Parts: sequence; C-alpha cells; structure tokens
Amino acid sequence: MTAPQAPAASAPQENQEPPRAARPTRRRGGLRTAPSNWLLAPALSFFGVFAVLPLLGVVVLSFFAWDGLGTPTFAGLDAWFTVFQDPVTLNAMKLTLLMTLLCYAVQFPLSLLLGAFMAGHQRYREVFSVLYFLPLLFSAAAVGIAFKALLDPNFGISRAFGLDILKQDWLGSSNLAFYTLIMVISWSFVPFHSLLYQAGIRQIPASMYEAATLDGAGRVRQFFSVTLPQLKYTIVTSSTLMLVGSLTYFDLIFILTGGGPGNATRVLPLDMYLTGFRSYQMGPASVLAVILILVGVLMSLGLNKVSGSDAMESQMEGA
Amino acid sequence: MRTRNPNILGGALGFAWLLVILVPIYYIVITSVRPREDYFSSNPLSLPSEFTLEPFWFVLQNDFLRYFTNSVIVTVVTVLAVVISSLLASYVIVRSRTRLARFSQKLFLMGIAIPLQATIIPIYYLIVQLGLYDTLWALILPSVAFAIPVTVLILTNFLRDVPKELYESMTVDGASDWRMFRSLVLPLAKPAVVTVGIYDALQVWNGFLFPLVLTQSSEVRVLPLSLWAYQGEFTVNIPAVLAAVMLSALPILVLYIAGRRQLISGLTAGFSK
Repeated sequence: MTAPQAPAASAPQENQEPPRAARPTRRRGGLRTAPSNWLLAPALSFFGVFAVLPLLGVVVLSFFAWDGLGTPTFAGLDAWFTVFQDPVTLNAMKLTLLMTLLCYAVQFPLSLLLGAFMAGHQRYREVFSVLYFLPLLFSAAAVGIAFKALLDPNFGISRAFGLDILKQDWLGSSNLAFYTLIMVISWSFVPFHSLLYQAGIRQIPASMYEAATLDGAGRVRQFFSVTLPQLKYTIVTSSTLMLVGSLTYFDLIFILTGGGPGNATRVLPLDMYLTGFRSYQMGPASVLAVILILVGVLMSLGLNKVSGSDAMESQMEGA
Repeated sequence: MRTRNPNILGGALGFAWLLVILVPIYYIVITSVRPREDYFSSNPLSLPSEFTLEPFWFVLQNDFLRYFTNSVIVTVVTVLAVVISSLLASYVIVRSRTRLARFSQKLFLMGIAIPLQATIIPIYYLIVQLGLYDTLWALILPSVAFAIPVTVLILTNFLRDVPKELYESMTVDGASDWRMFRSLVLPLAKPAVVTVGIYDALQVWNGFLFPLVLTQSSEVRVLPLSLWAYQGEFTVNIPAVLAAVMLSALPILVLYIAGRRQLISGLTAGFSK
C-alpha cells in the first residue's frame, strides 16, 4: 500500500507502463480512470430544483391565474393578452431598451478609457486605481440608499455649492429621474468594467507598442490599431455582461425611485416585481419574466454570433 | 504605453473620474459622523460642526449585529455548499466522458446565459410549498443554485490545466474517488477555489431580491434588506442610515485592505485572467 503522498512521487517515467499493466486492480472489474457520476449529484440537484424547475415553472405559471396566496388556476392565454395590451408594459419595454442602450453608450467608452488609464504604471495612476475601486465596496442596496440621500431635493447636493444647476429634484422629476438612474448605474458599474479592461490591456505585449512607436504611430493611432484589436475578447465579455446585466437592474432602481415618478423609471424587471408582489398578479408577472429570459438568451446568443465564438468561454480559457 | 510626453488628456479624464467617484463616498463618510441636528442646517458637503460616532451607536443598538450575523450565516453556508458541490461536479466534467457529464456541462453553460433572477416567482412558490418561507434556508438554497453555473465554469477551466498524468498515476495507485478528490483535486484547485469563493460570497452578501421576496420578519433580515428597512424606520435620521451603509461595507473594506489582489481577482472571477 502506497502512502497517500504527492502524486509526483510516482515519477520514474521509464517503468510507468509495466506496473500499470501488471498491477491488478482488485477493487472493481477494470482500471477505472474516470470518477463516478454520483459526484455530479449535489450540483445537479441544487441546480435542478432551484433553477431548472423554476425556469420551467415560470413558463407554466404564465398560463395560470394566481394571486400569490391561493392555488394557481389555469387561465390559458389570458395573462399574455393582458400583458401585451397593457400600456404600462409596453412603456416598460421601451424604457428597458432605452436604458440598455444609454447605459451602454455611457459605460463602454468610459470603462475602456479608464481601463487604459489604469493600465499605466505611473505612480499617480496606481493611487487613483486604488480609489476608483471604492464603489465596489458597497452593495447595490447601499449605493441606492446613499444616492437617495445625496440626491434629496431638500437636504442633498442641491444646496451644496449654491449652484442653480444642482438645484434639481433629481429623482422626483419625471424628466430627470431616468437619466439620474443612468448616472448612478454608471457610477456603480464602470469601476468593475474598467478593472476588466485594465487587466486586458496589461496583457498586451509591450513589444507591440514598441513596434508601433518605431513605425511612427502616435498615441491615438496606437490605441486604435494595437489596443482595441487586442482587446477583442475583453470587449465582448464586458459588453455581454453590460447588456445582459441591464436586464437585471433591479435593486438600485427599486430603492432609488421604485419605478416612479409615475411610471417614468418602471423598467421590465421592476414591472415584473411590482406586478407580481405588489399587485399580486402572478400570471402577467410570469409573462414578463418569460420575456426577460427570452431577451436575455437572445442577446447572449446574438453577441456570441457577432464575436464568432463563445466569448465567455474563450475569455476564460485564457485569451 | 511608454511614450515620452505626458498624456495630459488622459490625466484630465482620470482626475475628473476621481472627483465623480469620491464626492459620493466623501458624502457617505462625512454624513455618518455628523450630529443629527447638523444635518438639516448645514451644507451637506461641509465638515460637520463636530465629529460624532453617535450614528454608529444608534445603528448598533438597532439590531445591526443580528442582521450582520444573518448575512454571515447565509454567505458562509451558501459558499461552502456551492464550492463543494461545484468542485465535485467540475472534477467529473473534466475527467469523465459519460453522457451525463457532458450533459451537465452544457446545462451549467446554459445557466450562465439566462437571467435567472427572472425565475423569482416560481422560486417564491416553491419556497412557500416547502414551508421555508421567511427562513434563512429560503435564501441559501436558491443562492446555491444560482451560483453553481459560474463556479463550475471557472473551476472546470482551471482543472482542465492539470496534467492528465497526475490523475492517472493516482488511479494506478488504486486511489478511490474520495482520496483522489481530497489529496489531488482539492489542493490543486485551491487558488481557483479562493477566487471563485470570493466572487460567490460577494454576490450572496450583496443580494437584495431574494431577501426582499423570500423573507419578511426582522429575525431573518440580512444586511442589504436591513439598510432599506433602516431607511424606512429612521426616516429623517440620515446620519444613522449612512452609518449603517458604512458598517455594511466594512467587511469588504477589510478584505480589500488585507488582500487587494485576491479581492480583485475574485470580483472579476474568470472574466479576466
């Protein structure tokens, strides 16, 4: 019996074959090289019961009427008709699309440029990078609560410097609230994406920049012909996370505006929650959930197609 | 990026963003040490007339430690369950060619593309049917399920880099699955386990939707939900609300100071290598 020592100890390479053939495996019929399928059981049961089952359940529930308390009763396509005839839902879809596009338009260039900035090895940039991280210490709930106080029209930033431009009802005005949310979302998510770009840019070999410099390429030219093409995988990963992630902005908006004023910030995830857990119409809420899931999956697939590969995978496999 | 003349535009952007980041953080810190009366009278960004820790005591006297403990329990149990079950699964996925192993891999990959939060309604139904509504289990079980796909993906990619010969030599020695797992897979995967464990822990620690929908009473309230509840209870005592915000970020701040590199790699998990 060999002691359970480091496997590298059985190293003598030349005579590795004979013992393998010679040594009989007494325990089972043949030499097993693969582990038992039973080891999959814990992960599969957790995921099966609390992810796959709910995923099927949400489709089923979209054909039922249920108030969240009693027993669901079959209602055919009622919930689907309700949802697609409801102006609130159509508005929510429009808002979600607009928010996804605007958040992307703000976050993508900002994260990319900041990532490039943070990738520099100058001392002040490293100090700045340490501070840029700070928003990531706070949960979305904490960020929401803090900004709610900061943007309060009476006691918040509106009276900070005596500037008229700051004297706004940032979250209470239906024209402004939507754009305020985009600013807060960017504040809390750009730090994460700039970390991705920083890591991506630092992996680009310095020799490529040296060659570009020799060819007489200036800083801007280098950014567009070396940095950007080299960042392909990072850009796809970060864009997927940003775009699909924007379908799940819930906590921040829930805390900051609750969907209001009126329905001015009632995006799809919020519409789903409010329909389900405030109006107790679980059928229509499930329809909204199905829509969210479909849009999310289509978006992931679409981005994979655009990038020509499974971005998440290739990224993780170490591009 | 080594160019001789300083990048003035870059520096300006960097400095502007620093202001954007720091003003709200400064506001949180400065308000949490501001006397309550001061809050209504002064410029919100000015230094307080005197520094006080009163808001922090106030929060601590209002069950903060209970919510903190709940968050710790939920996070620790969830992360342990996720990491153990995912590591076992990843080991099979990497080492086995059976149909079930390949199916599992596809299933978990699919799980990444789906915004699982959208399944909250059937999860609520399920939790109520299981009699787990308003318990910490209601938070733990779905959190484990949601964390498995990313965790498995990161761990399988890591274990794939382990040379086949290491596994084979142990099989030759007649090692059981369990011994192989304990003395080979676990020690080898340790760095990836730490990274992905931090990632999962942050997701659970910061989670808001599950507690909001699946719990109700203050006995099982966790931190993110408590912040929201404080805001409702304390109403105008904003210094105390922001003190609670500060306290909720404290564990992550400690982690950031103690192991910045590991926290960052945990945060970005496998998304950047």
